[in-house]
Amino acid sequence: MFANCADPDSLQGLAWLACYLTTGKHMLFYRSFGTVLALLVITAPVALAFGFGGAMAARARFAPLRAFGKLYTAMVRGVPDIIFFLFVPLALDQGFEWLRHKVKCPDWDEPIRQGADFIVCQAAKLPLNSDPQWVHETYGFFLAVLAFAVVFGAFAANVLSGAMNAVPHAQMETAAAYGLTPRKSFWRIMVPQMWIYALPGLGNLWLILIKASPLLFLLGVEDIVYWARELGGAKTSQYSYPHPDWRLWYFLGLLVFYLALTGLSERVLGRLTRRLSRGQATALGAQMGRDT
Amino acid sequence: MSCAETFMTYALRAIGIGPRGLPKVDITLCDQVVLIGSGMLWNLYFAVLALLVGFMFANGLAFAKGAPSPLVRKPAQWFIFLFRGSPLFIQFFLAYELFVMLPRDGINLLGLHLPTGNFTRAWLGALIVLILNTSAYSAEIFYGAMRAVPKGDLEAADAYGITGWARFRRITWPTTLRLAWPAYTNEAIFLFHATALVFFSGFPAWQQKGDALYYASYFAERTFNPFVAYPVAAGFFILVTLCIIGVFGLVNRRLNRHLPQQSRTRLRVRPKVIR
Repeated sequence: MFANCADPDSLQGLAWLACYLTTGKHMLFYRSFGTVLALLVITAPVALAFGFGGAMAARARFAPLRAFGKLYTAMVRGVPDIIFFLFVPLALDQGFEWLRHKVKCPDWDEPIRQGADFIVCQAAKLPLNSDPQWVHETYGFFLAVLAFAVVFGAFAANVLSGAMNAVPHAQMETAAAYGLTPRKSFWRIMVPQMWIYALPGLGNLWLILIKASPLLFLLGVEDIVYWARELGGAKTSQYSYPHPDWRLWYFLGLLVFYLALTGLSERVLGRLTRRLSRGQATALGAQMGRDT
Repeated sequence: MSCAETFMTYALRAIGIGPRGLPKVDITLCDQVVLIGSGMLWNLYFAVLALLVGFMFANGLAFAKGAPSPLVRKPAQWFIFLFRGSPLFIQFFLAYELFVMLPRDGINLLGLHLPTGNFTRAWLGALIVLILNTSAYSAEIFYGAMRAVPKGDLEAADAYGITGWARFRRITWPTTLRLAWPAYTNEAIFLFHATALVFFSGFPAWQQKGDALYYASYFAERTFNPFVAYPVAAGFFILVTLCIIGVFGLVNRRLNRHLPQQSRTRLRVRPKVIR
């Protein structure tokens, strides 16, 4: 990074630290913070979409669809999310490969499960063995995002279906009395008003999502926990920057990062609640109406 | 090996009673159910102890957070923010690294010798983290409930000359508990679910003595088939979650027994949106 970092042994004190904190591996560590933020930013809207779909399915008039929606919203209540994080990527990976296997190698006659092995034809492998490294990493990240989206979609579905029920029923009845079809009154009356009821739940969900993000480590993504363990471990004098076990300090850094992230989020959410409460039939909204 | 034999062999494997090795080949459904159920003992151990100790600590913390003196209030606020604002996963890692740094041969404190070897073991180290974590979350719940105690109740107590400690013990605290109970039930469920994280976060599973999810992931890796082990573990978790709901529902009924039938709050289990 810096020119004077060429010979780390000769460095002392702050200069050593400055050089140490700008090594190539540390740059990867800093970039992994971006990975975590990317996961949060990508997962949140996808999970919200999953949740909206789930909440709509749970209210559907078509019974099997309704049953599916109810099952989806109920599944996170009894089972720890970490089981889903371990299960979903593996299951999806095998599911995708199985589907591709069926399509690409129709004349394959051996069973796919042979004892403790899961064997599909070469062309069905995901990602292909010949693919470059970044495809493997992106695919792993994609599976992680999908796992997070499935789990948090179920949470969001809970929140959203609660919010849909919280919209005053009289409003829907009025809409029906004015001759709006159920579909129209859903989109024009219920959906615009439900967000203020959903916001506290969704805000909490966002905080939970932040706090679930270090679980990326368990999914094999090289995230901040991975690098904190990697960089913090004791380094012998064979390394350019030998140091004792510093994992405690690295994890302390991660703790501060997460505290800052949740603290900031809480403040933004507080403001958003006030903003969305304007003109709403809630206590805060009524109070704000009086103020102005 | 028949299923009954498997049960006899492995039912207590998670706490060290049974053969050293885990089943490696010809893993049957029975093997998986028995061993994952055996691991469930650890989840129950962590959850029950953390909830018992955490409940008492949380009441103190909630009281401290509501205290007028900033000397008492600020530390409680910071403690709650620290544990609620950061991921439990990171807390486990951090605590483990902290415990590893303790001197090997114990600490001498005022002539008292404190052994430190057990802090890096899951049964003590992870339990401490879980206690502190659930205390922070529960304290926030109790604090909110304490502030929601109807003013009329307190005024009535004053009118009857009940003050100070007696007022807290007989009026404020029972009402707090009653108001906080539905939210606290959720906290109990999610603490129970959080116990599944222990063996994935720094704390080693010594001699392959782990919790339900530890064995589930062991089997999923062995058989390369996630479709059996994880649903089995999920089934166990659902079963215990239902038991928690049942027990907490009974407590809820007792807390609300003095109220007229209509105004009793039914216990509704909400998903993890309070975490």
